[in-house]
Amino acid sequence: MDVKGSRMAKNVTGQGRPLSPHLQVYRPQLTSMLSILHRMTGVALSVGTLLLVYWLAAAASGPEAFETAQSVVGSFFGIILLFGWSWALFYHLCNGIRHLVWDAGYGFELPELYRSGWIVVGASGALTVLVWFIAIVF
Amino acid sequence: MSFKSHLGRVRGLGSAKEGSGHWWSQRLSAIALVPLTIWFAFSVAAHTGADYEAMRAWVGSPVVAALLILTITAVFYHAYLGLQVVIEDYVHHEGVKVAGLILVKGACIVLGLVGVLSVLSLLFASSQ
Ligand code: HEM
Repeated sequence: MDVKGSRMAKNVTGQGRPLSPHLQVYRPQLTSMLSILHRMTGVALSVGTLLLVYWLAAAASGPEAFETAQSVVGSFFGIILLFGWSWALFYHLCNGIRHLVWDAGYGFELPELYRSGWIVVGASGALTVLVWFIAIVF
Repeated sequence: MSFKSHLGRVRGLGSAKEGSGHWWSQRLSAIALVPLTIWFAFSVAAHTGADYEAMRAWVGSPVVAALLILTITAVFYHAYLGLQVVIEDYVHHEGVKVAGLILVKGACIVLGLVGVLSVLSLLFASSQ
């Protein structure tokens, strides 16, 4: 395999096998940033489910507990958390679909990777704005 | 280079000893979550600031309750499978890894159960 011009480094045996990027010296790229962001949003969403379950359990416990939960969620800090959670959800959702398309065997060419990456950035931003628009207007 | 036959390799099911089962479950739960989380996010957005009665009326619909239970189940199943991979990637001390995996699994089961039971109790409360 020809290693020249590709991003693969020559390993000890001289074969053109891909190596893991050495993150400290690796130029940040859209593709690698979006990749680690999928993991980070996955973990953040998991932590965020605590808030979701608290909210449901409060509703099940009666009017007073629910009022408290609503005021926690509606506080300045609560809104910031919810905003972050909603963006994380839409990012992870859109990029998750990108993952599923890869799993089906499509979209591996470099230009396609960049195109789908920017689509994910745009779509997750648009969905976040839309859901907050609905939340504020309705 | 491996000297194993294809069949031998398949029988061993790879280093995780469970073949493609985990991978497939993660994809299936992801596919289920696409419509479920979109529905959930926009429904909750449309109910911002709802009071207790409105909340009870909303969850009191069997269709809404069913969708909520499906969402909760798929989220915690998917989250457990995902967090498992993250722990396996970063935690290399065997004891800490096993403890972490048990903790995450337990937390997902407990949180999922509390979520589902909350939905059920709201559903039945509203039919009284
Ligand atoms: C609240 C909901 C969700 C939570 C808590 C969650 C959590 C996670 C976690 C923790 C991971 C592991 C990340 C990693 O291994 O790097 C993950 C991976 C994944 N998630 Fe989600 N997720 C959620 C919703 C979704 C949705 C809606 C989709 C839609 C397609 C999705 C698709 C995926 C896929 C495809 C992977 C595997 C990525 C890979 O192979 O690296 N997830 N998720």
